[in-house]
Amino acid sequence: MNFDGLFSNFGELTTTGLTQGAIYALVALGYTLVYGVLRLINFAHSEVFIAGAFAAIWTWNGFGLDQNSQVSGVGSILFYLLVAMIVAAIASAGTATVIERVAYRPLRKRNAPPLAFLITAIGASIAISEAFGVYTRRLPQGAPSLVSSKPLFHVAGVPIDSIQLLTIGAALVMMFALDQFINRSRTGRGIRAVAQDANTAALMGVNKDRIILMVFIAGGTMAGVAGLLYDVRIQTLTYSVGFLLGLKAFTAAVLGGIGNLRGALIGGLLLGVVENYASGLFGSQWKDFAAFAVLVVLLMFRPTGLLGESLGRARA
Amino acid sequence: MTTTIDPPERRETAVDKLRNGRAAVADRWHHAPRWVRWVLLAAVIVFFYALPNKEFYQYLGPIPTPGANFTQVLFTVSIYVLLAVGLNIVVGFAGLLDLGYFGFFAVGAYTVAVLTSPSSNLKTLWPWLLVVPIAIALTMVSGVMLGTPTLRLRGDYLALVTLGFAEMIRIAAVSSTFLKGQRGFSEIPHPPGKYADGRPFFGVLDARPYYWLVLTLIILVVIGVRNLTHSRVGRAWISIREDEDAAQLMGVPTFKFKLWAFASGAAIAGLAGALFAGKQNFVNSQNFELLNSIIILAAVIFGGSGNIVGAIVGGGLVAYMIERFRGIELFGIELYEYRFLFFGLVLVIMMIFRPQGLIPNRRRAAEFKDRRKEVIVGE
Repeated sequence: MNFDGLFSNFGELTTTGLTQGAIYALVALGYTLVYGVLRLINFAHSEVFIAGAFAAIWTWNGFGLDQNSQVSGVGSILFYLLVAMIVAAIASAGTATVIERVAYRPLRKRNAPPLAFLITAIGASIAISEAFGVYTRRLPQGAPSLVSSKPLFHVAGVPIDSIQLLTIGAALVMMFALDQFINRSRTGRGIRAVAQDANTAALMGVNKDRIILMVFIAGGTMAGVAGLLYDVRIQTLTYSVGFLLGLKAFTAAVLGGIGNLRGALIGGLLLGVVENYASGLFGSQWKDFAAFAVLVVLLMFRPTGLLGESLGRARA
Repeated sequence: MTTTIDPPERRETAVDKLRNGRAAVADRWHHAPRWVRWVLLAAVIVFFYALPNKEFYQYLGPIPTPGANFTQVLFTVSIYVLLAVGLNIVVGFAGLLDLGYFGFFAVGAYTVAVLTSPSSNLKTLWPWLLVVPIAIALTMVSGVMLGTPTLRLRGDYLALVTLGFAEMIRIAAVSSTFLKGQRGFSEIPHPPGKYADGRPFFGVLDARPYYWLVLTLIILVVIGVRNLTHSRVGRAWISIREDEDAAQLMGVPTFKFKLWAFASGAAIAGLAGALFAGKQNFVNSQNFELLNSIIILAAVIFGGSGNIVGAIVGGGLVAYMIERFRGIELFGIELYEYRFLFFGLVLVIMMIFRPQGLIPNRRRAAEFKDRRKEVIVGE
């Protein structure tokens, strides 16, 4: 136990934890949306994230940028970020669509038991992850350092850099947009209706298949943005990182209360911070251990999560 | 067994023909006289005992693996079969989704390693045979410890907690100084036993004795599990799987029996882990990747969960197929590199076309058929 390490770096551990937590939160949204509507752990969602992360890196490669290139000028940096974000979001949403069409819809048509969904999800996850692994020859792919990691300003002695600002800011904006989409738009109302009672919603004229597809697309878009932010922050990407990140994002979703959008945000940020404190306290190799310990303990005492499960019960 | 008539709008496809062919074979097996079944079973067992001998398997055409020592592969396959039989109790009979089954295997292997290896900090240096029951007991205890809080939760949460548990075991193995991470434990003793001329029966080079040992234990475990499933315990498990609330109302202590299923499954994994450590002589953190848990679960579902024969076939086939890809080149690409890609695709296709598995449990197959006919609104 290294309490000195924890307290002397408390501020920095918090900010980096919040940054990592913002990425967890964005991925957690995908789990929470799909779970809220289908009562299904979309195990393949980690690969939706990975697809976006690879798409962003390959977009930059397409512009002739690799891990060594330096880009100057705010305008061109914003341009590259924006283009990569759009491509990543499309790639992720596309992957999510393919997964729903190929792996889940045929099972729904056959009214398969929940176990069957989980197995196809695992199968799809392994297949996609391995496809990326084979394509990249299992080598890490480098991303250009677009955003500087030099401290921008200090808050109470804690340096804040632009990557952290960008990550947390982008995550909050995406969250807000999704929240508005679910709570204000016509499709959002359909999503909430299907989450409450799928059969009744279908009888009221909601196109269930379309709504489910929209849920996958919305979750995929969030995961795509998360992929981009991951690239900007870590600057290197291996095909296999999705699995652990996906598991943690799901933990975050459960932590906040699965099916609850705001819960995913809180759960993600909290998980990021908690695992960072644990790494300060016990050493960084125990970081992942702490994340799962949180999950196990949480499920023992409050299995519905901090905010409760509530996509269906959200303001109708 | 009567053959069911398909709805008229479905044409007879190749898949259906295969399905009917299999049903015919199963039908014949169930109607054969008892002695015929025993003779066939004995022949199968003798075949598997003879399989690791080179004098025998060299005549078997494409079955031996080109890229790896076939006897070693058989040992790996037999360990997977044992694990599949154990997981089948948890997933197949009690219907509990355990995604971290390999974690118990790790507990078994590490117990043996810590208590027997000279490189362990404890320096107990106990013989292998003495440690095996301890390993089984410890894994059982860890199963109870993990099961007590989580078995009250819904099924998919259980899946997640078990997955987290396996990952925690792996991270502990990688990071803690007590479990030695990558450096691992060496010189774990082999099982005892000598030939007449004094050479040890369980040596370093020859994997055959280990395979025979595991095969024998598989047979014993299968007999035990089979008897268990035909008893009050087995009926309780199946009632829990079919409808937990109904079972509870009928007076089945569901939590107790779920815990029993979880613990007995864990014990079998512990046994497998102990065997693995005794054969391998060396245990480090790289042996326990999370993918293994998923492979075993997939193997059980693939073979037909709820059916012991299905689990054996599934475990054997999946472990064997993964090894079989080694050393094959097709159009200039190494197929072994693609093994998990195929594995994932097979899982998806399998679940869409045959969710009940290759050799399903009859009751489960009927249940799947039933569900298909239920009307769903809006689809």
